[in-house]
Amino acid sequence: MSNASGGLVDRRVLVRALIDALPDALVVSGLGSPSYDLFAAGDRELNFYLWGAMGGASSLALGLALAQPERSVIAISGDGEQLMGIGSLATIGAQRPENLTIVVLDNGRYGETGMQPAHTSLGTNLVEVARGFGIADAFEVDRLDQAGEIVRRVNARAGVAFARVKVQVNEPPRTFPPRDGSFVKNRFRAALGFDPF
Amino acid sequence: MSASDGNGGWQQAVFDTLKAGGIRQIAFVPDAGHATAIRAAEADPDIRDVVLTTEEEGVALVCGAWLGGERAALLMQSSGVGNCVNMFSLLRNCRFPFLSIVTMRGEYAEFNPWQVPMGKATPAVLESMGITVMRVSEPQQVAEIVGAGIDAAFQAGERVAILLSQSLIGRKQWVASNE
Repeated sequence: MSNASGGLVDRRVLVRALIDALPDALVVSGLGSPSYDLFAAGDRELNFYLWGAMGGASSLALGLALAQPERSVIAISGDGEQLMGIGSLATIGAQRPENLTIVVLDNGRYGETGMQPAHTSLGTNLVEVARGFGIADAFEVDRLDQAGEIVRRVNARAGVAFARVKVQVNEPPRTFPPRDGSFVKNRFRAALGFDPF
Repeated sequence: MSASDGNGGWQQAVFDTLKAGGIRQIAFVPDAGHATAIRAAEADPDIRDVVLTTEEEGVALVCGAWLGGERAALLMQSSGVGNCVNMFSLLRNCRFPFLSIVTMRGEYAEFNPWQVPMGKATPAVLESMGITVMRVSEPQQVAEIVGAGIDAAFQAGERVAILLSQSLIGRKQWVASNE
């Protein structure tokens, strides 16, 4: 099967560029490759890695963004993860926290389970979906040098932004973040100055 | 007035107890039994009201709130419990505190058979996912038991669902939507 992956974005390089440019951001990653990508950019206390709860990344990031209005919050998920929780974009479009940016790494595949074709390669356009849910600042990223457009919005904290990143269909080496959710949660809270639970 | 009329006292007690317990985000899929609390949350500048498209969003949302240092609660109907099941894995894996107030259908004077299967299954589904189930059946118990649930969730770190019995809520009354 042909694809035009050569011209698309390397997911690892993009996520590392975001994290390098945004060292203070609070970051939530969806299960599978986005969590591996985030960890591969360097483990951070302010990363919250999901290994399950598919569809929950952007909703979790919304609750975090509402609780921490002075901090920039980024949700990084895959197209399958975002589609499973697609209604969350309607909820985010209604709440409109100024400090939330959603980055969907879209390879049009279910990468974790054998690269089966997914909806975004079968007709769904996530940017149009996001706009339809009231997220006006929804945009495509298909070149690495556009990472700065994401960074600018995260730093501006001027409204919800939604970036659909067209990433190469590949499988970088799997790099596993901690699977102990309680540890990751308590570490994250401690970094914000909160007691563990 | 709405179907909550005559229930305004205990319904207000739900909200007042949540607010007194430091709840800062209230997420919900609407239900008539939660109507007073939802209206109060919308009107309260100290509380963020978040309307959801499906209840499982709310499970993830309240976890994110706690991650960011805020207490949050999820209001839903028993049918919504079924929508949440896999998302409940967040709670046990990460030991998030969790508080949900669940209005029951399908258990008392129910007219709609479609509400019955999930209503009957609700307590078992919650317990099977590691959530402690408490129940309120008398109006005067509401503040006490909701308060106990808040303590269990946010002081002992438990996962708690408080079921509001359908007998407490009463028979469904059809009302005009502009009331």
